[in-house]
Amino acid sequence: MDNIQLEQFIKSLDNDLDIKLGKQFPEVTVPASKLYYIARQLREREEALFDFLFCLTGVDYGSELGVTYHLRSTRYGHSVVLKVRTTDRENPEFQSVTNIWKTAEFHEREVFDLLGIKFTGHPDLRRLFLESSFGFPLRKDYSDDVNVVTR
Amino acid sequence: MEEEAKDIINDDQEYVINMGPQHPSTHGVLRLVLSLKGEIVRNVEPHIGYIHRGIEKMCESITYPQIIHLTDRMDYLSAHINNEAVCLNVENALEIEIPERVKVIRTLMSELTRIQSHQLWWASFGMDLGGLTCFFYGLRDREKILDIFEETCGGRMIVSYSCPGGLMYDIHPNFQKRVKEFVKYFRKTLPEYDDLLTGNVIFRERTAGVGKLSLEDAISYGVTGPSGRASGFSCDVRKHEPYSAYDRVSFNEVLYTEGDTYHRYLARIEEMRESMNIIDQLIDNIPEGPYAVKMKPIIRLPEGEYYQSVETARGELGVFIISDGNKNPFRIKFRSPNFTNLSALNLMAKGFKIADLVAIGGSLDLVIPDIDR
Amino acid sequence: MGIKGISEEEFKDNESLELLKEPGSGIFLTKIDDVINWGRKNSLWPLTFATSCCGIEMMATGAPRHDFARFGMEVYRASPRQADVIVVAGTIVNKMAPVLKRLYDQMSEPKYVVAMGACAISGGPFFLNSYYTVKGVDHVIPVDVYVPGCPPRPEALLYGMLQLQRRIKAESILSRKKRNESHDVK
Repeated sequence: MDNIQLEQFIKSLDNDLDIKLGKQFPEVTVPASKLYYIARQLREREEALFDFLFCLTGVDYGSELGVTYHLRSTRYGHSVVLKVRTTDRENPEFQSVTNIWKTAEFHEREVFDLLGIKFTGHPDLRRLFLESSFGFPLRKDYSDDVNVVTR
Repeated sequence: MEEEAKDIINDDQEYVINMGPQHPSTHGVLRLVLSLKGEIVRNVEPHIGYIHRGIEKMCESITYPQIIHLTDRMDYLSAHINNEAVCLNVENALEIEIPERVKVIRTLMSELTRIQSHQLWWASFGMDLGGLTCFFYGLRDREKILDIFEETCGGRMIVSYSCPGGLMYDIHPNFQKRVKEFVKYFRKTLPEYDDLLTGNVIFRERTAGVGKLSLEDAISYGVTGPSGRASGFSCDVRKHEPYSAYDRVSFNEVLYTEGDTYHRYLARIEEMRESMNIIDQLIDNIPEGPYAVKMKPIIRLPEGEYYQSVETARGELGVFIISDGNKNPFRIKFRSPNFTNLSALNLMAKGFKIADLVAIGGSLDLVIPDIDR
Repeated sequence: MGIKGISEEEFKDNESLELLKEPGSGIFLTKIDDVINWGRKNSLWPLTFATSCCGIEMMATGAPRHDFARFGMEVYRASPRQADVIVVAGTIVNKMAPVLKRLYDQMSEPKYVVAMGACAISGGPFFLNSYYTVKGVDHVIPVDVYVPGCPPRPEALLYGMLQLQRRIKAESILSRKKRNESHDVK
């Protein structure tokens, strides 16, 4: 399916999702409560079959925290981008998609480690690179005068 | 007496040992915590972060041309391909037309990088399994490619040759002659590699049937590159989303279905042959023209999100840039192929012995700084 | 292409190394020193320790073209208890620093350290804006020889190892203790 057909297909799953046709991929912004349902539909429906999650990125937008999922279908070759955001910076939480794509296990641990976003339902959510007492370095308000040398 | 012996071997106790960050076979600083029952591996848990330098955070304070020098040092064996990924992303975002000469030279350098990376992989894989000759043969032949790189780019392994807009300098006048000599030499030498390992009975027993990865698992875990293609996952970015000059060369995508260590090995040896075919098709007709396009002194990407994937020697490297219009990227994320390949190690190693774990880890061809970034 | 063989008398740069020799030790002790130092410097056994890109250049130094087995460093030991010199090749980050210190402590005297590459000398390309790198391995262990480059060419690493051999030649049995007091665990 090309981008326009993908947009219509996703609208048919849930009518009030915010879909934008970016330059490369259609970008779907879902509210955090519908994330697991939409992800499951995209994985299992016959017309979509997005079985390859190739990039999971955690982003700090300044006032909000978010996660971006890049999905591709190995049978049809089409790709789509899913985005979720939350304004809760103290305790951000999303549903884990590890049951759907196993690669999310390591990627979600990385996002938790660097940004502090928790994923409910993750089998083993621990820090990946850094120590447990370290802050969350990829956040925009992270500052460390001891270790970081800036010009 | 026999019952006693059976009791000792089939003892039920599980114990945990540490294959620490400094280990000759883990190829870098990877710590594996193994749960063993006797000699059978029950669970492998990788602990990473021993070379986490914070590259993604560093890139938020530097300009786009400066990022090139950091990408070199992530997966340092595919240094040129990493450079190319960031350059292509910036060029596509700015919608600049790149001269044909640049595209062909970038493709040639990428294929030479791929051959050089597979030679080093072969050298260290053989050494891990005990065949020290492979180390000397592989590195001897790799030096010839490093000579070519040094003449043109100035650096042996860390090249920093591409920049947004084209190349840093034009190729050396001897480039074509040297590349042709190398391809002629290596076509005669690659059968030596087959003699040493591929047909070797000991090697086959150690690798055939070991560490199987099925197609569904490869897609679900996101294992790309030769490791994924040996399981039947057709994921070559050069075929599905061609970039640079890959749309005008013809080559085969090397696919097998068995997914064990032996076929991951064969996939890389075949890839070296395919790379030489690509070089043969391009080396004689490098188009004339400028080697770089004039760019503004300060590069700013328009607001938005841009994604570019390239095929490194280990899999699909993706560069995801979110830009807010400044001269530094707002967020840059490198989708690293080794990160996802490592996540499948636990599944592949369950039920095998520790010596097999070394073979499986070697066949996955992990470069740890790419995992930790 | 390849390096020319240089005999030891021709290493005339770095004059100050000769000043390291302790004066007034008596002729008997200096003769013993010479024999012991000759034995030590010609068979240094390195530890297999490589974290990132410099590790590949270190492997290339052991490869057939720039062979360092001809200088006595043929045998790479995997266990720190059997090694003489640790060539720190690659960036050291906060998580790896205690591991490096433990490896260094496990090595037995006499032990030497070569900091290879810009990352080990001062943090290198990761000096600015990085929250996790150790800005120079001499914050963790005492270093004998610094080999600059990113990565240093194999010839540069060979020069660094030969400088280390020269430094060992200038040592005496009495002068080693003072050097280690800055970083050793008592």
